[in-house]
Amino acid sequence: MSETRPPTAATAPHDKATSDAGPAGGAAAPRKGLPVAARLALAAGLVAVAVVLFLFLFIEGTFAFAFERRLTVLGTMVIVAFAHAVGTVVFQTITHNRILTPSIMGFDAVYILTQTLLVAVFGGSVLAATDGMPKLVTQTLLMVCFTMLLFRWLFSGRNGSIHVMLLVGVVLGLAFRSLSDFLQRLLSPSEHDVLATRLFGRLTSAEVGYLPLAGAVCLIVGAVVWHRRYRLDTLLLGRETATSLGIAHKRELTVMLLLVSLLIAMSTALAGPMTFFGFVTAMLAYQFAGTHRHAVVLPMAFLIGLLTLVGGQFVMEHVFYASGMLTVVIEFLGGAVFLVHLLRKGSL
Amino acid sequence: MRRLPLASAALGVLALVIASLFIGGYDIGPRSLFTDPDAREMFLISRVPRTLALILAAAAMAVSGVIMQMLVQNRFVEPTTTGTSEWAALGVLLLTVLTPGASLLVKMGAASLFAFAGALVFLVVLSRIALKSQVIVPIVGIMLGALVSSVTVYIASSTQLLQMLATWRSGGFSSVVRGSYEPLWAVGAIVVGLYVAADRFTIAGLGRDTAVSLGLPYRRILFTGLTMVALATGVTTVVVGFIPFLGLIVPNLVSMARGDDIRRNLPWVVLASVALMIVCDLVGRLVVFPMEIPATLVLGAVGAVMFVAMILRQRGKAHV
Repeated sequence: MSETRPPTAATAPHDKATSDAGPAGGAAAPRKGLPVAARLALAAGLVAVAVVLFLFLFIEGTFAFAFERRLTVLGTMVIVAFAHAVGTVVFQTITHNRILTPSIMGFDAVYILTQTLLVAVFGGSVLAATDGMPKLVTQTLLMVCFTMLLFRWLFSGRNGSIHVMLLVGVVLGLAFRSLSDFLQRLLSPSEHDVLATRLFGRLTSAEVGYLPLAGAVCLIVGAVVWHRRYRLDTLLLGRETATSLGIAHKRELTVMLLLVSLLIAMSTALAGPMTFFGFVTAMLAYQFAGTHRHAVVLPMAFLIGLLTLVGGQFVMEHVFYASGMLTVVIEFLGGAVFLVHLLRKGSL
Repeated sequence: MRRLPLASAALGVLALVIASLFIGGYDIGPRSLFTDPDAREMFLISRVPRTLALILAAAAMAVSGVIMQMLVQNRFVEPTTTGTSEWAALGVLLLTVLTPGASLLVKMGAASLFAFAGALVFLVVLSRIALKSQVIVPIVGIMLGALVSSVTVYIASSTQLLQMLATWRSGGFSSVVRGSYEPLWAVGAIVVGLYVAADRFTIAGLGRDTAVSLGLPYRRILFTGLTMVALATGVTTVVVGFIPFLGLIVPNLVSMARGDDIRRNLPWVVLASVALMIVCDLVGRLVVFPMEIPATLVLGAVGAVMFVAMILRQRGKAHV
């Protein structure tokens, strides 16, 4: 099953999205416009241009220093884009929903709570002092454990529903957030300032040392997801059809959710929480890919995510002179697009 | 005879109220009220306003929950799961940034206006999307809340007000003294208003088409209901911060026990939410005596657990 494509998967229509996905998305309609390879090549070309611009243009001062710093930022962007793009596309497939993003399960709340707890218990200097590989790993594992517990608890029963699981995650997230609010008011203003920098997405302050590990995780997860890309296509057909085509539905869901939570948790631990970024990349990827096949959509989402981050950072830095603002802008615009899309699509 | 259970419940709540009046960091007994003028002064400045605020805020949130659940026809909505509270927070923050010296009443006005806008946005979004399942509704609401909240947090962080925002969101009743809680009386009026209009809301809760065919001015009821919710949320948010889940849990528990007649349920909803709020406040005050944990936080924890239990119960009965 792994490498032989199930016959229906090649033209897998998404549940109800076919109607508004345009002619390219339909099962029967012939694909219009560019072939997928050309679309992917075009996106890759744009990314390459953006990367070159970002790395080499407008360097002031010593070349070596600026170049090294930019390479680090680029590395972080690659990881963040990969994690959110792949994580969101896979998550949307397993939840049968084109609008939700994995952040909704409470990752951000768990992250904010652990960071706040650290500062509240050990003081403001602890954040800088404990930064390092062990903390990154612990933080990631904590968030993965949270989602897996939720999943085991709520999805294992006979009446398991992914919506119920999401809702419980969301509710626990609200509770964590109110606990964080309370802890934050106990902090001294200077401690709070230290904490506040961690509560936003920040692409420009990641350490070089984290990148190899994070990159390795991305590679491994990427390989596993790629290996299962046709099974993902089959999952789009719904539980019954997928099961009758020989997919172990629940096991597949468990594996995929584990991978998604690993990606998002790692990206959050590395560069802070981002809620709507994944949604935007996945949405654009489906529009530009012109197909629902994961073999195309996954790389497309990654390329679009990377293009958004690199191009956005370039524009923010050199046009608006606000280099730290990228994630805020993306979140805001992403949220607005989310709202408009929700209204236009007319279902969640 | 029929009123006996209600009367005994009221007595129980009264006992809680008295406990709330006489427990606290400053030792005030019933006797010292008559002998010690300082104690009496303290009692009137701090204890009485605090207890009144607890009662009014609890009633406000419970009633908001009842109204929203009727208008949206979904058991899982209330101001914190529809983003309405987040909008109120945005309103207050914007006012704090633009005119730092604004009075409490102006802040409440701004909060209520934004809460109204937020509730409208929620309803518009909800009316434009097809719902595949009951639990989707609170997910939509919470996503909208997250969207608004990200704007709020960004504004707060760029104006160095982030910690103030956290303080103020987690609120609680410890800072309630004479002179700062009085606007909550407006909420009392809302509760009475709902009692008078209860039957109309019950019919509106059957859905737009049924309501219209029964000759009800549906839009006007919708507007009235939203205004009530917005006022209650705005005022409560400014005085005591977010009160999570109260408006969701209590009305649902009462409905489970007694059915859906709003007017007959209302006294029970109000009594039960006041009792829950006071118990949470007492727990918060006694656990780390003489310090205190905000009642809102205790309620958040208790509420989250009860909410989850409710969802699971619903799931057990039918597929959601």
